[in-house]
Amino acid sequence: MVASSEMMSVGIGGMEPPPLDLDEVHVLAVDDSLVDRIVIERLLRITSCKVTAVDSGWRALEFLGLDNDKASAEFDKKNNIKKLKVDMIITDYCMPGMTGYELLKKIKVSTFPPIFDSGNNLFESLSESSSFRQVPVVIMSSENVLTRIDRCLEEGAEDFLLKPVKLADVKRLRNCLTGDVKLSNGNKRKLPEDSVTVDTSLPPPPPPSSLTLSTNSSDSSPPLSPVEVFSSPLSSPEEDDDVLTSSPEESPIRRQKMGSPGLD
Amino acid sequence: MELVQMQKSLQDYTKSLFLDGVLDSQFLQLQQLQDESNPDFVSQVVTLFFQDSDRILNDLSLSLDQQVVDFKKVDPHVHQLKGSSSSIGAQRVKNACVVFRSFCEQQNVEGCHRCLQQVKKEYYLVKNRLETLFKLEQQIVASGGMIPAMELGF
Repeated sequence: MVASSEMMSVGIGGMEPPPLDLDEVHVLAVDDSLVDRIVIERLLRITSCKVTAVDSGWRALEFLGLDNDKASAEFDKKNNIKKLKVDMIITDYCMPGMTGYELLKKIKVSTFPPIFDSGNNLFESLSESSSFRQVPVVIMSSENVLTRIDRCLEEGAEDFLLKPVKLADVKRLRNCLTGDVKLSNGNKRKLPEDSVTVDTSLPPPPPPSSLTLSTNSSDSSPPLSPVEVFSSPLSSPEEDDDVLTSSPEESPIRRQKMGSPGLD
Repeated sequence: MELVQMQKSLQDYTKSLFLDGVLDSQFLQLQQLQDESNPDFVSQVVTLFFQDSDRILNDLSLSLDQQVVDFKKVDPHVHQLKGSSSSIGAQRVKNACVVFRSFCEQQNVEGCHRCLQQVKKEYYLVKNRLETLFKLEQQIVASGGMIPAMELGF
């Protein structure tokens, strides 16, 4: 039965899913419950989204390339970087290890780390607009706790859904997204904030002393030094949280293969 | 049995599950997600729920049988079962889990044992009913018929 659930998400059994159409909405779903992952995945697919479903906040960060200081990047045949396209993240609140709230916070402070090519050369620095900060994050929870909802919204959550999630809820989210990802240019997909913005709240990064810059990049701005995303300790669990000490299941990650050496 | 009769039986049976509170509207939500491209979606999800729940109930039995019960282990299991039963519309299982959690909060071992029995009772009931429902569906499909859409008029 797990094999067929794999098939439901990957497509034809065992084969790699087709490359993402630039026009399609790609959602990253995070939930430690297998049943809930299957349901949310189906809800999203039936509303014409591409879905990557993972079972923990750590896997989500890994997928986004935010878990270490080397981004998991994919390169095309001309060695141009292919940016990971995620249009929405939907996550359960109560998860062992890292709650959805903690994941939300990490995403909201993240910047896209520097990309290194296979020769370990600094390949490209990406602007503020390439970070996942702008990606809407939706929290799901079975508990209707007002303080919880407020906290999530305060940290920048796009929406808060009460479980069990219904088709109407997902349809509503989907309709909101369609506005954001409308393409102004038929060939290139632009992120909602597609102008390069200077973030005046962060100090300018110091240029690296001994890294060689690849000449492929036409971007002449100084590369960002690796950003430590997890500088603050994980917040202590609140009373109404269920923070489990061990992971209850070993279900495999369902995701598109990125084919990069950084990910195993 | 004639096809029309089988279809009527299925409808009546399904209706009874809702009237008895064994299933709630979330089950209808799941049925909405089933179509020609995913004709077995409901039974697939429910089967996963059964596998998941069997494991959880086993873990719960073990945890509650310990000399010293670790409620920090018990409660997350009940929370998980509450979540998954809610997601498939197994209302009575979900409600039994809610009661169970309050006894966990009170660290009441005796109460938790009783709750576990109640959860198991409701779980085996919904499992039995749903397996019967899927069998009825299979019979209809095997006879070349279509599964009738659930009327929401009750």
